[in-house]
Amino acid sequence: MAGALQLHLGSSFLPSSSHLKLRRRIFAATAPLRRHPTESKIREIFMPALSSTMTEGKIVSWVKSEGDKLSKGESVVVVESDKADMDVETFYDGYLAAIMVDEGGIATVGSAIALLAETEEEIPLAKSKASSSSSAHPEEASSPPVSPQESAIATEASPPRPGKADLTLASSAHPASDAGRRIVATPYAKKLARDLKVELQSVVGTGPMGRIVAKDVEAATDGAASVAITAPITSATKAVADSTPKVPVELGSVVPFTAMQGAVSRNMVESLAAPTFRVGYTITTNSLDELYKKIKSKGVTMTALLAKATAMALTKHPVINCSCRDGKSFTYNSSINIAVAVAIDGGLITPVLQEADKVDIYSLSRKWKELVDKARAKQLQPLEYNSGTFTLSNLGMFGVDRFDAILPPGTGAIMAVGAAQPTVVATKDGRIGVKNQMQVNVTADHRIIYGADLAAFLQTLAKIIEDPKDLTF
Amino acid sequence: MQGSISLSFSTPAISRSDPARFLVAGVGVTPEGVSFSRLQGQALRFCVRKFAGVGRSPHLVSSRKLCKKTLAAVTDNGSTGKGFDYDLVIIGAGVGGHGAALHAVEKGLKTAIIEGDVIGGTCVNRGCVPSKALLAVSGRMHELQSEDHLKSMGLQVLNHSYDRQGVADHANNLASKIRSNLTNSLKALGVDILTGVGTIVGTQKVKYGKVGTVDKEVTAKDILIATGSVPFVPNGIEVDGKTVFTSDQALKLEWVPEWIAIVGSGYIGLEFSDVYTALGSEVTFVEALDQLMPGFDPEIGKLAQRILINPRKIDFHTGVFAKKITPAREGKPVQIELIDAKTKEPKDMLEVDAALIATGRAPFTKGLGLESVVNVTTQRGFVPVDERMQVIDTNGNPVPHLYCIGDANGKMMLAHAASAQGISVIETICGKVHVLNHLSIPAACFTHPEISMVGLTEPQAREKAEKEGFEVFVAKTSFKANTKALAENEGEGLAKLIYRPDNGEILGVHILGLHAADLIHEASNAIAMGTRIQDIKFAVHAHPTLSEVLDELFKAAKVTAGISRSVDEPVAV
Repeated sequence: MAGALQLHLGSSFLPSSSHLKLRRRIFAATAPLRRHPTESKIREIFMPALSSTMTEGKIVSWVKSEGDKLSKGESVVVVESDKADMDVETFYDGYLAAIMVDEGGIATVGSAIALLAETEEEIPLAKSKASSSSSAHPEEASSPPVSPQESAIATEASPPRPGKADLTLASSAHPASDAGRRIVATPYAKKLARDLKVELQSVVGTGPMGRIVAKDVEAATDGAASVAITAPITSATKAVADSTPKVPVELGSVVPFTAMQGAVSRNMVESLAAPTFRVGYTITTNSLDELYKKIKSKGVTMTALLAKATAMALTKHPVINCSCRDGKSFTYNSSINIAVAVAIDGGLITPVLQEADKVDIYSLSRKWKELVDKARAKQLQPLEYNSGTFTLSNLGMFGVDRFDAILPPGTGAIMAVGAAQPTVVATKDGRIGVKNQMQVNVTADHRIIYGADLAAFLQTLAKIIEDPKDLTF
Repeated sequence: MQGSISLSFSTPAISRSDPARFLVAGVGVTPEGVSFSRLQGQALRFCVRKFAGVGRSPHLVSSRKLCKKTLAAVTDNGSTGKGFDYDLVIIGAGVGGHGAALHAVEKGLKTAIIEGDVIGGTCVNRGCVPSKALLAVSGRMHELQSEDHLKSMGLQVLNHSYDRQGVADHANNLASKIRSNLTNSLKALGVDILTGVGTIVGTQKVKYGKVGTVDKEVTAKDILIATGSVPFVPNGIEVDGKTVFTSDQALKLEWVPEWIAIVGSGYIGLEFSDVYTALGSEVTFVEALDQLMPGFDPEIGKLAQRILINPRKIDFHTGVFAKKITPAREGKPVQIELIDAKTKEPKDMLEVDAALIATGRAPFTKGLGLESVVNVTTQRGFVPVDERMQVIDTNGNPVPHLYCIGDANGKMMLAHAASAQGISVIETICGKVHVLNHLSIPAACFTHPEISMVGLTEPQAREKAEKEGFEVFVAKTSFKANTKALAENEGEGLAKLIYRPDNGEILGVHILGLHAADLIHEASNAIAMGTRIQDIKFAVHAHPTLSEVLDELFKAAKVTAGISRSVDEPVAV
């Protein structure tokens, strides 16, 4: 990517007083669309790297509209990085065939933001490519920024541009309008519908004169929630079906990764660079379950309890909260940030409970709820999903009693939590009884975390969970 | 932006056959080889006088009282003995008339002001003043509503709400306070306030009176029309004052509709969208032109849309006329029929709770007796005037002793422009011919963040440059690079300077960002005084302040002319 950029900036030319408040012109990097290298001259316009540290850029505005003719050197789009807005120019003559990331949208460096057709005839072809390939390069307005190292929420297609959407929405039929011919929806309801990808035709308006208001759109999304991310860690009650994708897949087809799936794939391959090992432990959860029952009404969730317990155990074993960056050293993290894996439609994201050791259980539960809401609305900020120092993954809700997890790159350990199940146990005094037990299994980077470290950590964790009075301090 | 030059940069490793194009520090560098010529002389014709602020301090007021006493003595001696009751009669006591009256007294003129409604006119009672009170509320509400913004500053606000009546009272109280200030200042100066509707009944003769009273006539050496304007309501729109209303009623804030359509996206519409969204309404703009905010510099308009429209609960229809608007009645909502602005074909139908008509303002000049008495034909109600604000009759000749300022002449419908025109007229009638440079008059829109401008927009400047054969450069700076703006967590915004590189003349400055309305005056003063960029760039700005945005702007400009005159001794500016 960077090689294709025409970023000629002599630093000596910078005005002395200016702190990089530049509006520079740079060329858009374009490349032929990979899957159609020969039959058509359709090129992708990529999000350029405007600085060495830039990983993503925001589309400030499209200078050109779809269908406009472009000549080499013309401004096409204005891109904003942290300090500057820059005009991006095209490298080639042609037509701006399809805009893939709308104004206000964010795209990672190197991802396609538009397609450039060489001739006018190719515009429709490019458009169809944009809609089919957008699943391969989709980062759009409402989704949080996606950095290459992190998984994030990806969506299928760019939202329609505001002006057009209003017209089509307003002219389509809907029973909510008095005449039955039009949809009557308030500006915010329309905006929400666009962001949440709700068809207004399918929404029943409850506002004045039957108009669709924001809460109707929200209600429609809740009803049709394609994502089961509420309280992912509970005691084996959630239905498995909740998390299965509802989009029918055409058998025999090859479906490219979404950006999030691509990121997951990259992360998984990268994880192979770390030599990991696993240590398991069985923890009795009767006391924890009791505590949970007691404080559930105050909004405390099991996820928060587990995160809190883990964080408290980590304070006593800082090495488990470590990471190995260069293969030569321990990086001791200053705060304990518990990332919790959350399955969402077509992917996975890890909202982070920052400083979980220092936050009380009630605030932590509130925070978790907020993160889940944000994840659902695709509004997580990068810091909210990429700052984890230790990861929790729980498949207990599906009845899974044990599994092992892959270590996310950049962290030292991840804990896989199974379901708590009534188990017949023999106690030391020779009796037999039934206790709720769950199995946890920690995957760790053996360059920095050794077997004894993990064993000691798990012992501490078991102690905290089995005698959970400190969790509510 | 388009007129960028090819600049070669000294990085041989990556140089290519096609020259890299840059806009460095926002400076557009246009291709060379264009001949230069002078900008029209308005800026230069401006006589530099010290009028700003004079007469508003108590000290000066008292000195003016002395002045008045002297004048009274002179009058007693019969110096206005040509039989005139007054040296000057002003019809209309808005901001324009008030400004003119103040200056007239300072110049020793015996002055009367005829007010048919309330002192302060539109600005004080139904315009700038009460709207600023509402906008002060909306600014705080927008802040409170922006949780991310507060959180990033470490603030937590658990709950916020407002009391509509309280907000309305704030606006009303402010208007009353300013009105009484204005009235008192006129009285303190000895300006006679004549109540009633003023009509010109002859050269140098005006009658005034209220319904049911006997009209009185006064004579004056000069007459100044300053009758202002009223909201313009296009045909087909039925204003009931309750669900379909203009800014006059909206400012009373009798209710807050859940969904309001605002017809017109100029200053008034935009400011009200700021207020209504802050108070929880959803807003739909109806704009006849293809772009929202048509009066603004296009780049500023675009950015304003990004900051003030898109993130808020606002949608819009552009390129459409509101052909018919029916107020809510019999359980039906307000209905708005939209037609395509070009083809006139029916386009859409809106059903909303309320509609605010903000389609501009029409001059309030009916009944002045212009046609019948002094043979003046108004143009859509506007009184034609020359550059000295002297009224022009049907034959194109100036009408002696008759002047018109403010919204009534339509040159620039801004309160402070009216006042400046009034001062200009007083100078002229005192024998010192004065022409106001309208390009030096700033304008502001008090949204959050604010928008301000002075001089030409970029397209206007480029058109002028094309015609007169000079180059136009553009420099830009971002609020994102300003320490104070970042400290306030309000980094969104842009300042834009349009200028001539050959002589450093400032053609226009446009600002969108925190306190833009207060920042513009450095630029407007520079234009008024004819200060060039190469001079003003040496002026020092306190750090860290928002004014550094302009400092950066001036420093970013690339002026090819030599430094004409350095500021080598302290100058109060």
